[in-house]
Amino acid sequence: MTASPMSVDTLPQGVGRSVGATGGFAGALWRRPWLRGSLTLAPPLLWLGVIYLASLAVMLLTSLWSVNPLTNQIDRSWTLANFQQIFTGTYLVIIARTLVMAIAVTATTAIVAFPLAYYMARVASTRSRNVIFTLIVLPLWASYIARVYAWIVILQKGGTLDWFFAKVGLPEPNIGYTNIAMWIVYSYIWLPYMVIPIFGALERIPPSYLEASADLGAHGATTLRRLILPMALPAFAAGSIFTFSLTLGDFITPILVGGAGSSFIGNVIYSNIGVAGNLPFAAALAVVPIVIMIVYLIGANAAGASREVS
Amino acid sequence: MTQTADDVTAGVASDATAAVRITGLHKSFGAVRAVDGVDLTIEKGEFFTMLGPSGSGKTTLLRIIGGFESVDRGTVEIFGVDMTRTPPYDRDVNTVFQNYALFPHMTVQDNVEYGLRVKRVPKKKRADTAADALAMVGLTAMGGRKPDQLSGGQRQRVALARAIVNRPKVLLLDEPLGALDLKLRQGMQLELKRIQREAGITFIYVTHDQEEALTMSDRIAVFHKGQIEQAGTPVEIYEQPSTEYVAGFIGVSNMLDHAGLTYAVRPERIRMVTDPASEPPDAVCVPAVVREVIYLGVNTRYTVGLASGQAVVVIRPNGGAADNVIPAGTDVTICWWPTTSHSIGPSGQMSTPKN
Repeated sequence: MTASPMSVDTLPQGVGRSVGATGGFAGALWRRPWLRGSLTLAPPLLWLGVIYLASLAVMLLTSLWSVNPLTNQIDRSWTLANFQQIFTGTYLVIIARTLVMAIAVTATTAIVAFPLAYYMARVASTRSRNVIFTLIVLPLWASYIARVYAWIVILQKGGTLDWFFAKVGLPEPNIGYTNIAMWIVYSYIWLPYMVIPIFGALERIPPSYLEASADLGAHGATTLRRLILPMALPAFAAGSIFTFSLTLGDFITPILVGGAGSSFIGNVIYSNIGVAGNLPFAAALAVVPIVIMIVYLIGANAAGASREVS
Repeated sequence: MTQTADDVTAGVASDATAAVRITGLHKSFGAVRAVDGVDLTIEKGEFFTMLGPSGSGKTTLLRIIGGFESVDRGTVEIFGVDMTRTPPYDRDVNTVFQNYALFPHMTVQDNVEYGLRVKRVPKKKRADTAADALAMVGLTAMGGRKPDQLSGGQRQRVALARAIVNRPKVLLLDEPLGALDLKLRQGMQLELKRIQREAGITFIYVTHDQEEALTMSDRIAVFHKGQIEQAGTPVEIYEQPSTEYVAGFIGVSNMLDHAGLTYAVRPERIRMVTDPASEPPDAVCVPAVVREVIYLGVNTRYTVGLASGQAVVVIRPNGGAADNVIPAGTDVTICWWPTTSHSIGPSGQMSTPKN
């Protein structure tokens, strides 16, 4: 088997040229993984950079401006007056009230979500698990406003709750338009965000772990404390990111369900934008939940939340 | 042919109480009879192996002894006490799980201490006992690691240490070496035997690997369709299989008929010769043709065909020169000895070799 010198010389060249020609763009991508990576990342980075980060930057800038009280025009000279005002008594109370609410709501959803998620993941049959899962997720498809109004009907004076207490002969709780009402509504509305990650974590615990724990002498309560809760901790952290941040920033529920003395960060920002027209102060106040969430995320990440979300 | 408890314990010196005594045990999952009438006695200090293919009921029985499955009928006694309905945490039995089931959020040390911590052993004693157990499995320096930082073999050892640290009366092992490669598995087989001797604990070992069973066990029970086909020492099981199933499952057996009986004859017990006249007179010799030759290093495995069409497996050692190997197509004579072979019953049922 002999090949002529000509075919030996020309064939590889021809092959090389045809590969280069047909696979020009794809080939260039294949040879340069960094280019492939950059092209894939460009659209989301552009979106994140321009729309999200830029608007955040504008907000931060705005927070350093002020409003001329006479003309109601924005005065674009730098000042920290907005932040100084935030650190006065009134607004610190509002921030503290919002934080307490966020913590209470997060704790409540965690306590309610765990047995529910445990039942779904480890006790229920596949069929009833699907039913419960749908029932938990279903409210997320309904309008937020509609769900809040439903609770107003339940909690208001003479509403369903008062009626029920009167029927069983107890004093009427009459908690409509209070912070307790808000706490109940928040806990209800954000519950799915806590149930779903915990359910996922519990479902992933292999049954053999629980058997091994029992095998080594642990009763149910010990297994729960030493095995199940520690293994579900990252999921609690992940769920709490939702419940905490959503409560921190929400303004609709305080407006609809809250009564006198229901000033929270969200609705105070809202009234500063709308009623008072003080955009710089609203921006400064909006920085507060951002800072709180950054601190919270660092803590949650230490507890392993990022593993659960991703 | 299912053995009764009396058959199983026959010939074994037994104390007043056995380590585990199983009587009339039945367990079904839906229509599947996983354990279908098992009687079994396992003596103190025994290395007892439950051998069978997947779905034969051996793992279900192990899980019943561990307390992870309820039973439909029958009883499980552990050291003379009826434990049939006792939960796992109240049984003096520990398990090495097939997938090890190490707790991923705990260090190796915490995993091994878990059983002691649950029993409220003081901290100092707990740490010392766990260190001893880790030393026993050769993992002294690994206490601070998490399970996902260990190799498969190391995880296996941690699972073993976590179980034996509690000094159980009976240790259950569910195919513990199944995930390891051959070399590691052979090393661990010897090590398990050593640990069992040193700790003096009764081991109940589940495997589908017949070689592993022969290597490690004091006694073997061969499972088939939820029942015990035969229980006995490795030599008994190999040399005197009581059923064709056992003969076929443990190694290779040729089912040869002679004088109205079927014999289970091991491939290494058949001689393949070119001059039948030189064989002793009590031999049964028949002509055959070599069909298949597989060179295995230490020996060579031949499949030969008889005039009846039956295929017979013969193994010859590769002693002497390289041309000792007989090529395919050669006419030979195979000889075997009914007087020293094991009969499994009257002939006429089956006559094909089992692998």
